[in-house]
Amino acid sequence: MSLDIWMRENPLTYVWIGSYAVAFLVFAIEIFMVIHKRKITLDQLRMMREADESKEE
Amino acid sequence: MNKLTQLLILIVRRDLVLAMRRRADVLTTLIFFVMVVSLFPLGVGPEMDMLRKMAPGVLWVAALLASMLSLGRLFSADYLDGTLEQMLLAPQSLSVLVLGKMISHWMVSGLPLVLMTPVLGLQFDMSVQAIGVLMLSLLLGTPILSMVGAIGAALTLGLRGGGVLLSLLVLPLCIPVLIFGTGAVQAVSGGLSVSSHLSLLGALLVLALAFTPWVTAQALRISME
Amino acid sequence: MAINWFKYSAPTTFYPLAGKLIPWFAVSAAILFAAGLYIGFVVAPADATQGEFYRIIFIHVPASIISMFLYLVMAGYAALGLIFNTRLSSMMASAVAPTGALFAFISLWTGALWGKPMWGAWWVWDARMTSELILLFLYLGFIALHASIEDPRRADRAAALLAIVGSVNVPIIYFSVKWWNTLHQGSTIKYSGTSMHIAMQQAMFIMMAACWLYAIAITLMRVRSIILERERNSKWVAQLIEVKS
Repeated sequence: MSLDIWMRENPLTYVWIGSYAVAFLVFAIEIFMVIHKRKITLDQLRMMREADESKEE
Repeated sequence: MNKLTQLLILIVRRDLVLAMRRRADVLTTLIFFVMVVSLFPLGVGPEMDMLRKMAPGVLWVAALLASMLSLGRLFSADYLDGTLEQMLLAPQSLSVLVLGKMISHWMVSGLPLVLMTPVLGLQFDMSVQAIGVLMLSLLLGTPILSMVGAIGAALTLGLRGGGVLLSLLVLPLCIPVLIFGTGAVQAVSGGLSVSSHLSLLGALLVLALAFTPWVTAQALRISME
Repeated sequence: MAINWFKYSAPTTFYPLAGKLIPWFAVSAAILFAAGLYIGFVVAPADATQGEFYRIIFIHVPASIISMFLYLVMAGYAALGLIFNTRLSSMMASAVAPTGALFAFISLWTGALWGKPMWGAWWVWDARMTSELILLFLYLGFIALHASIEDPRRADRAAALLAIVGSVNVPIIYFSVKWWNTLHQGSTIKYSGTSMHIAMQQAMFIMMAACWLYAIAITLMRVRSIILERERNSKWVAQLIEVKS
C-alpha cells in the first residue's frame, strides 16, 4: 500500500499531520465553539435586558 | 419481611396479567430475537464452522438488542395512566415495587429468549453441551439486562426519542454481561471450565439485585418530580 | 492565608473568579504546549525500536489519562450536585463532559495512528483501546441524556445518576474487557517496551500539564456560559458589565 510506504519515508510528517494537527484542530474547534456559545448567550441576555428596559419605559 | 414478599408477588402477578392482556408485545420481542439471529447466516454466509464460532456472540447480542426493545414499555404504561405516581406516593418501599416490575419484565421478555435458544442454537449447529451453557449464561445474564435497563428506562421516562436514547445509555453498561456470557460458551467449546465465567455472571447478578432496584427508584423520583 | 472556599461555590462569586483565572490557565497551557512540543520533537532522540513514530505518545498518553480522570471529575461534581443540591457542581459536571469526550476522541484517534505503523492495523482490540472506546460511549450517553431533558433541574439530576452508575461500572468494564482480551490472546500494546529517555519523560510530563491546564481553562470558559444561561433571570447577571454594554 502506498500510504504504508509514504508513512515510513516521512514519519515526522505522518506524526504531525496525523496526530498533532488533528488534536490541535479539535482543540481549536472546541475553543471556537465555547467562544461562540458565550457570544450567543451574551447576545440573548442583552436582548432580554433591552426588552425589560423598553417595558419599563 | 413477609409483607414485602407479598407485595413483590402482588406486583409481579399484576404486571404478568397486564402483559398477558397484550400478548402481541411479548411476541414481538421474541420474533425480533429470532429474526435478528436468523439474519446473521444470511449476512455472513452459511459456512458451519464460522457460524458455530459466532453463535454465542450472535445470540447474546440479539438478546441484548431484544431486551432494549422491550425496556421502553417497562414504566411507560404506568406512567401514562398515572399508576406510577400512585406507586411513588404509596407507603410501601418503592425499591420493592421496582424489583417486582423488573422480575415481571424479565419473565415476559428475557425468559422466552432463554427458552427459544435451543432452537436457534441448532440453526448454528451448536453442540448440546454448548447450548446448555448458553442457556445457563442467558438465564443468569438476561435478568441483569432487565435490571440495568430499568435504570435507563426510568431516566428516559416520558422523553421524546426515548427508545434510542435508552439503548445509548444502557448498552455500554451491559458490556461486561456480554463478555462473560459469551465467554462461558466459548470456554466450553474450547474444552475449558465454565465455572469462572458463570460465577462472575452470578456475582454481577447479585450486585445488580442489590443496587439496581434502589438506583431505579431514585431515577424514577428524579423523573417524576 | 485562609480562603473561604464556600464563598466560591456560589455562581455569583464563581463567575468573576473563573473569568480572572481563565487567561492564566490558557496562557500557561499555551507556553507548556510549546515547550512540550519543543522537547518532544527537538530535544528527545528518536526511539531505538519505534523510530519517530513513538512521538505520538506525547499527545496520546496525556489525552487517555485525562479523558479517564475527567470522567471521575464529572461524576464527582455530578454526585455533589445530586447529594447537596449545589447548582454550581451540576453546572461544572455538564461543562466537563464535552471536554472529556473530546479527549477520549483524541486518545482513540492518536492511538489508531500509532497502531498503524506499529502493528500494521489502524485498530486493534487491545484492552486499553476498547475501554477508551466504551468510555467515549459513556460520555456520549451523559451528554445525550442531558441534552434531551428540557427541565435543567431534572436534566442535571438524571445525568448525575447516570454518571454515578457509569463510574461504578467503569472498573467492572475495564476488568471484563481485560479478561476478554487475555482469553482471546489478543494483541497487547506495551507502552514501556524500551526504557524512556529522560527528555521523553520531560516532554510527556510537560504535555500532560499543558493538557490539564487547557482542560481547566476550556471547562471554566464553558461553565461561565452555562452559569449565565441558567441564571439569566437573576439580578446580578443583568448588572454585569458584559451584559450592559
